[in-house]
Amino acid sequence: MESLIIILVGVLSTVAFYLLLSRNIVRVILGTAILSHAAHLMILAMGGLKIGSAPLLGEEAETYVDALPQALILTAIVISFAVTAFILVLAYRAYQELGTDDLEEMRGTDNE
Amino acid sequence: MHLLIFSILLPFLTAALIPLIRRRIGDFNIGWLVLFIPVLLFGFFASQIPLVSSRETLLSSIEWIPSLGINFTAYLDGLSLIMALLITGVGSLVVLYSIYYLSPTDSFPHFYAYLLLFMGAMLGVVLSDNLMVLYVFWELTSISSFLLIAFWYHRKNSRYGAQKSLLITVFGGFAMFAGFLMLYAMTGTLSIQETAAVMGQLTEHALFYPAMFLILLGAFTKSAQFPFHIWLPDAMEAPTPVSAYLHSATMVKAGIYLVARFTPIFGGTSAWFWTITIVGLITLFWGAFCAIRQTDLKALLAYSTISQLGLIMSLLGMGSAALHYGNTEAGALYGLAIFAALFHLVNHSTFKGALFMVVGIIDHQVGTRDIRRLGGLMTLLPVTFTFAVIGSFSMAGLPLLNGFLSKEMFFTASLNAASMPGLFSTSWGWLIPVIAWLASVLTFIYAMIIVFRTFLGNHDSKAVEKRPVEPPIGMLISPAILSILIVGLFFAPNLLGDHLLKPALEQLLPGISGASPDSIYAWHGVNAELLMTIGIVLIGSVLFITFDRWKGIFKIQPAGWTFNALYNYALTSSENAASFVTRSYMTGRLHQYFFYILLFFVVSTGGTLLLSDALSISFVQDAPISIYELMLVIVMIITAISILFTRSRLSAILMNGVLGYSISIFFVLFRAPDLALTQLVIETVTTALFLLCFNYLPEWKREPLPKRKKARNAVLAIAGGLVITLTGLSVNSIDLFETISSYFQNSYELAGGQNIVNSILGDFRALDTMLEGLVLFIAGIGVYTLIRLKLKKEAGTDGD
Repeated sequence: MESLIIILVGVLSTVAFYLLLSRNIVRVILGTAILSHAAHLMILAMGGLKIGSAPLLGEEAETYVDALPQALILTAIVISFAVTAFILVLAYRAYQELGTDDLEEMRGTDNE
Repeated sequence: MHLLIFSILLPFLTAALIPLIRRRIGDFNIGWLVLFIPVLLFGFFASQIPLVSSRETLLSSIEWIPSLGINFTAYLDGLSLIMALLITGVGSLVVLYSIYYLSPTDSFPHFYAYLLLFMGAMLGVVLSDNLMVLYVFWELTSISSFLLIAFWYHRKNSRYGAQKSLLITVFGGFAMFAGFLMLYAMTGTLSIQETAAVMGQLTEHALFYPAMFLILLGAFTKSAQFPFHIWLPDAMEAPTPVSAYLHSATMVKAGIYLVARFTPIFGGTSAWFWTITIVGLITLFWGAFCAIRQTDLKALLAYSTISQLGLIMSLLGMGSAALHYGNTEAGALYGLAIFAALFHLVNHSTFKGALFMVVGIIDHQVGTRDIRRLGGLMTLLPVTFTFAVIGSFSMAGLPLLNGFLSKEMFFTASLNAASMPGLFSTSWGWLIPVIAWLASVLTFIYAMIIVFRTFLGNHDSKAVEKRPVEPPIGMLISPAILSILIVGLFFAPNLLGDHLLKPALEQLLPGISGASPDSIYAWHGVNAELLMTIGIVLIGSVLFITFDRWKGIFKIQPAGWTFNALYNYALTSSENAASFVTRSYMTGRLHQYFFYILLFFVVSTGGTLLLSDALSISFVQDAPISIYELMLVIVMIITAISILFTRSRLSAILMNGVLGYSISIFFVLFRAPDLALTQLVIETVTTALFLLCFNYLPEWKREPLPKRKKARNAVLAIAGGLVITLTGLSVNSIDLFETISSYFQNSYELAGGQNIVNSILGDFRALDTMLEGLVLFIAGIGVYTLIRLKLKKEAGTDGD
């Protein structure tokens, strides 16, 4: 299962990288969003999957899955959301000011 | 005895206080307060003379970074004391002189803060026993010198000179630092005393010569030795008190000090002997040769300083041979050169300091330093003239002045060096006294130029702006004291010799007795040295009188073939090359930057993976795969790839949503209920946000990239994905570390929480979570500002 998820992570990163290399700002933002999906899955897979029950002591299970990666991912989800929101608004604002969503055309303006 | 360390720190503390004092006192010249510091320190160091002359040393140490062996160790012996007395003594005179020299429009607080900074740093250099501490102070002297040269920073030449001195001395300082590190690698200690003690056994070490040459590079750049001398004439853009203090009496002697201090460590080898002797002699000759052609008095003094520093340096080189011969007659014979070096070090500070102050007075009172416009000042400035004669004649090595004594010793040393047996013998040895003599003839000529061209002849009142009068008495005190010293040292040289020079020499040449003369005599009878001096006066006078006939000799050197031209060329071409390289990759194109980053990631991580043989794939530890999980993975892969091919941005964002929700399903499957909930909420909000923004953004266009670039991007993206996959698989197949998760399973006992993930977030790693909240907060402010804030340009037209 872990290996399968890692391969999925690889595919998601490839897509994200390709999007990041493009000139359209929305595609770049989409790239960052997908890259963070990939990163979350990667962290989870590294902690080992499906061994034990959910990390709730109330379950009173024999073993629990590793809770640390989950805590890390939880932080990461929120932060990546904050960043995505910020760049989206930045793109909106840049379009309002400069009339373009093409990073190439944004070059060389006064506000560069 | 922490007083010694406090004496280094005192100037720094005062420098820090100066800005505060200024507010309180208003118009009062703070120079008078500053003067108190060097005088106090001079008194302190002078009170240590009896201690040092009874062959004792002072050691005071404070732990600084003990884990790295770096202690703030101050060490006072003969050599340090000579330097410390020069620093504080000349420092006092220079501060006094500067009170009258600076004009009321100059910023006194800046000037005195820099000057005190230098004083402290220079004391630190000569009193530190720890190499790292010495290096720190060494660079501090370069920085304070930079600040002082650029004191009149509105002048282009000042900035140029400051930059030049900084580049050259810091380059040398850095080389010296590397040399220190090599020494540390050899000896395992940073203490100079301890290094000297163990160095005898390490001459065969592979790092011995690299360390020696790197340290010499530091000394040569600092002491303006050929071909690094070019910074010193440009440093003359500094106010004259600074030139007198830093660039003739103290800072440029730091290199001399360093060479002297390392003589017990490296001395006795032929490389040390020849490098220092040859470089010193070339500098001695070249400096004197260049000095004659100068028309600016300060530039003349600068080249003369270079020349004199070369003289002292060559003496230290010759004297180092004594360590090879050891405690024999020959050892004592050559050791005399080091005695002469130390003696001339002091003498040079007195007469060159006086001369700089004289030139400062001329500049201040007449308004020019150009020899072609000066003349006949003798009757107008009789007192200044007296000081100029005393300083110049001492520099020329004439009797009744201290320069005569050390010059004679220099000739003795050079004659001795010409006939060395054993390791240092060479058929070229006779060149040493010849160069010494020739350079002294040139020295005589420029000393005469100072006196005769400036003070004798006709005064052309039209050529100068002011009518020259004697300066205020306060400006004459400092050169007067130095002039008295110049004469006094001729008549009572043994006072200095017995109490300071001999103890210093015994430290530098341990185990060699009889290196220092019993006492210094002015009259040795008619010997080779005296004949050399008489020859200098005769030939020098003839050459001085016929100067106009042979000055065409300076035109032999082609105009573009100077070290200055080389320096300027190197500077401009390296600046151009740097900006060319920077501009070639800092294009302002985001996708190019990301391309570099990704390429670097693929090459470095992928390369490491392959080269370190870390690649391993095993599925043994994998959990089993159920059919719906497999289906979900396939759905995600298809969705992800089709994002790349979709024409509509709406479908792209919806597909991103599919990915996000699929991940939340995985979170459920992988026993992560908190993640699943968060992911669901966030994904919904993100998708909504995207859609909202799309309302204001234009429809997607096809990427206007050529096919070749698209293919290149695709290859790099696939390579990046591959590296990530392979790294992930390799990590997954090996368990290198014990998991730490069992610790968190005690969350109920440790943190009172049943939900482990929540306990980690809210308790174990609460600080992280708090900072995460901060990030959210900042992003929120950013979003709000971006939407609400109107750019200034717009606000201006709106009128609000």
